[in-house]
Amino acid sequence: MEAVLAILVGVFFAVGIYLMLSRHIIRILLGIVIFGNAVNLTIFIAGRIVREVPPIIPVGHDVPDTITANPLPQALILTAIVISFSLFAFLLVLAFRAYQDLGTDDTDGMRIAEPEGEDLPPLGY
Amino acid sequence: MAAVSGTAVDISGAMITAPTPLADWMVIAPVAVPIVFGALLLMVRHHTRLHAGLAIGALGLTFIANVFLLARVLTDGPVVMTMGRWLPPFGISFTADTLGASMALVGTLVAIVCALYSTRDIEAVGRRYGFYPFMLLMMAGVGGAFLTGDIFNLYVWFEVFLISSFGMLVLGSEERQLDGAMKYGVLNLIATSLFLIATAYLYGIFGTLNMADIAVKAGELRGTAPLTTLATLYLLAFGMKAAAFPVNFWLPASYHTPRIVTAALFGSVLTKIGIYALLRTLVMLFPPERALLSGLIAWVAAATMILGVMGALAQTDIRRMMGFVVISGIGVMMAGLALGTPEAVAGTILYTFHSMLLMAALYLLAGVMNEAGGSYSLREVSGLYRSHPLLAGGAFVLVLATAGLPPASGLWPKVLLVKASLDVGNGWLAFAILASGLLTTIALGRFFLLAFWRQGAEEAAEGEVPVLGYVVLAALTLPVLVIGVYPEPFIRIAENAASGLIDPSIYIGTVFPAGATP
Repeated sequence: MEAVLAILVGVFFAVGIYLMLSRHIIRILLGIVIFGNAVNLTIFIAGRIVREVPPIIPVGHDVPDTITANPLPQALILTAIVISFSLFAFLLVLAFRAYQDLGTDDTDGMRIAEPEGEDLPPLGY
Repeated sequence: MAAVSGTAVDISGAMITAPTPLADWMVIAPVAVPIVFGALLLMVRHHTRLHAGLAIGALGLTFIANVFLLARVLTDGPVVMTMGRWLPPFGISFTADTLGASMALVGTLVAIVCALYSTRDIEAVGRRYGFYPFMLLMMAGVGGAFLTGDIFNLYVWFEVFLISSFGMLVLGSEERQLDGAMKYGVLNLIATSLFLIATAYLYGIFGTLNMADIAVKAGELRGTAPLTTLATLYLLAFGMKAAAFPVNFWLPASYHTPRIVTAALFGSVLTKIGIYALLRTLVMLFPPERALLSGLIAWVAAATMILGVMGALAQTDIRRMMGFVVISGIGVMMAGLALGTPEAVAGTILYTFHSMLLMAALYLLAGVMNEAGGSYSLREVSGLYRSHPLLAGGAFVLVLATAGLPPASGLWPKVLLVKASLDVGNGWLAFAILASGLLTTIALGRFFLLAFWRQGAEEAAEGEVPVLGYVVLAALTLPVLVIGVYPEPFIRIAENAASGLIDPSIYIGTVFPAGATP
């Protein structure tokens, strides 16, 4: 199971990075989403995968009898999902505003903050 | 062992039974106060007149809490509070040591000064869109990042200040701000994702996220676990956050676009959290791996400091020039990380204090010069020495501090770093530090020459400098001078912080009293 998921994570990372190499903002953002999901799956695998054994301690015991699923990575992933979702929502709105105001979603065309061919400082006075 | 109804279960094996001493609650005050006041400001968001006063008051309270926390840490050693009373490493530990507490203190001081100047710089619309709540929530994230003792918690605080900083960056929605924020947002999100990947692998290897626990277990696992991979991933992720070459291009693309107080706060505090996290992970958790990577870090440091200041030489816009000066300073701080000796790490920590104060002062100086001279362009601002001699005096001190010349604070950390690199026989790194100092002197000297000494085409600049401008500049220039003239106590704090990082046994002993590691 880990091996299959590890390959899936590799595919996710590859797709995410490929999309992030694009010049177009919307592809970069889609790449970031896939990249984020790859990271979440990495956390999931890092916690080791145990199937369908909830970490519930039976009555009268101090520790569970068998190996149970690890609840901590799930808590970590939930936190990471919430954070990356909110950041992604913000970036989508920002990208849309940038598209409206700058008239492009091509990062090569976004040269308002760093204009091309700017003057050098004066050499003397 | 009967857990059936009625019988009390002995929980002392898993939980802290004694209530947390009242004094230990001080650890979370630098985070709790800004969060509470930030929420309060959101509730009164329509009454924008209240915002500035409440925010400055909240930051003042945070500052007082930080002063008490640092005083306590310096006398009694690190302070720990574990959330939910679960025994560490199961509960999230907030651990304030000298490094975290002192950086939180300097960061809060800078934030107060920026908040003071923002009463002039942020107009009613900016307040209505929530400048002050964003600022307080960002400072909560910054405080949390400096004080947490849990590496996943550190990630959460990174995201807290990151998303608040987005809000401050796009305030005003000018085209150049949208452009800058797009690049800042995307690249910083990638950097924190890299941080999260590294943390996932770390959890897979160690099975724990508590930093003290990791420091204990790293020794046993060394040799079997791929710790060098982890250290390299952290170097990349935090290097990107700190704007180290070659992953620094988001900084000059964005830091000149927001309001000047926002730029001052970002340039002063946010990049230094990257340096803090690098020190925490590489020096405290993975020292042998840091030693293995030290050649790479030294090259990165030299390239960052030299290329940063060469970028500064080419800029006409004063704010963009300051962005490159920030990067150059990051290179100097990375030099101490590359060397890793107690003296070098102390130099890095002292340089971080200096750089936090200085970068805020330089950005605010740019803002005040814009009010006095009417422009941010070095082609247009001129003649300020004649019209505003007091401003010129302050600016001259800041130029000396940036260049690392006496009597300002830039001198001592550079002395420590150069001496440390010569001690380990790394002469070229010492040369790089000195060469970047020379280039900084040229860049900042030309800035002073053009903006202050050059006579304008017309008569002298007619703009008025507000009294508040002088007040905030004095509030930052005075500590810079004090550190420069009387560095002894500050060097001692930096050395204390460095020794706590290099030998974390006291840190570990505070988190796990009586050596009780599970």
